[in-house]
Amino acid sequence: MSLAGKSERLRLCLTGKSWPGSPPLLGRLEFALGEGEVVALCGPSGCGKSTLLSIAAGLDQEFSGSLHLAAGLRLSMVFQTPRLLPWRSIAENVALGLGGLDKDSLRQAEQALEALGLGGQGHLLPGHLSLGMARRVALARAMAARPDLLLLDEAFVSLDEACVLQALRVVAAEIAGRGLSVLMVSHDGLDLERLSARRLQLVGRPAVLA
Amino acid sequence: MRYERLLSLVVALLAWHVAARVAASPLLPTPADVAVCLWQELTVGPMLHHLGATLRRVLISFPLALLSGGLLGGSMGRNPKLDRWLDPWLQLLLGVPAMVVAILCYVWLGLGETAAILAVSLSKMPSMAVIFRQGARAHDRGLDEMARLFRFSFCNRLRHLYLPELAPFLLSAMRSGLSLVWKIILLVEMLGRSDGIGFQLSVYFQMFDIRHLLAYSVSFMVVLMLIEATLLRWMDSHVARWQV
Repeated sequence: MSLAGKSERLRLCLTGKSWPGSPPLLGRLEFALGEGEVVALCGPSGCGKSTLLSIAAGLDQEFSGSLHLAAGLRLSMVFQTPRLLPWRSIAENVALGLGGLDKDSLRQAEQALEALGLGGQGHLLPGHLSLGMARRVALARAMAARPDLLLLDEAFVSLDEACVLQALRVVAAEIAGRGLSVLMVSHDGLDLERLSARRLQLVGRPAVLA
Repeated sequence: MRYERLLSLVVALLAWHVAARVAASPLLPTPADVAVCLWQELTVGPMLHHLGATLRRVLISFPLALLSGGLLGGSMGRNPKLDRWLDPWLQLLLGVPAMVVAILCYVWLGLGETAAILAVSLSKMPSMAVIFRQGARAHDRGLDEMARLFRFSFCNRLRHLYLPELAPFLLSAMRSGLSLVWKIILLVEMLGRSDGIGFQLSVYFQMFDIRHLLAYSVSFMVVLMLIEATLLRWMDSHVARWQV
């Protein structure tokens, strides 16, 4: 399947999503994401953007509709909260995202951390980090896996300007170099501009694409 | 800190010594009498044999209780439907006296080692299950999702997610479990074994020999304190390492 000449990596056809005992959260909507494309989900708080990301990640399978991911797709995600293992060092957290604590994974983890300005700090435990640092570790974990599709759930919140630029540079380099596709949730218009993101605006309740 | 602990022990021994001197009765021997008796039983008496028998039962029944309680509590904590089914039974089992369990095991399985160990494990299992159920309920589902997304292998999940997360609960279960298990074991040994500290206590109780009774009690308390000071302290420091 192709999308404007590029191979399609994700296609989500949603006919509805609701939580038990609550009115429908998401209505009928459909979108696709091609190689090297950046799509941003925009909309007011609580409209279902993070839920859509969970569905796209395959973590939430209780929805009506279908999700198609390209065969052999490597998918990574930066969650809204960093979700690091508090009892493992940050290098080990990143390495575990690569499959284990072998020397090779730990070396790659150190490289990923260095690219995000955390070089030489791999021994630190997550509890010793600021939220901004923890977010960069989560991004390093996601990037170290060299994904084809990256899902970012407000990944740049609580980072200072310099760190946001550094993180965006790392992501942008992967988009340009390997054709990384990104599906993101962000409230910051500047982030979206810097990554030349195509915006998908969610409106109403249940939310649909504008 | 250590100095205060030592001082508190010395004060308690002194108080015991004074009380024994005032009482001047074989029903309340002095700490020195008990210490001498302990040393004699340890060096020329059968204490090591009985201590070994009880310790062996602890080492078999305690992990059994831990494992079965862990599996039951963990499953109940993760599965609300199973929890609703089994919770009344768990509450019921929590209220069954250890003596009843021991008697039933001896009646149904005979006065053997299997019955003794099963009785101890069954008596302790429900409280272990309650602690592990609490641990499973406290499980961070966000980390679970992360592990799924990054395709953690089963071994990695177990080693790097579930076990470290359960470690504080495991420690709490071990601490409360060890102190209770040996008390249950003494009861089981009194009721139906021919060796072990519990058996010796029942013998010396019949003779009203308080000196030996205390010597045997102290011997096992020292063993448990050693376990606390080494294994549990080590686990404590390991678990607390990452807590900021």
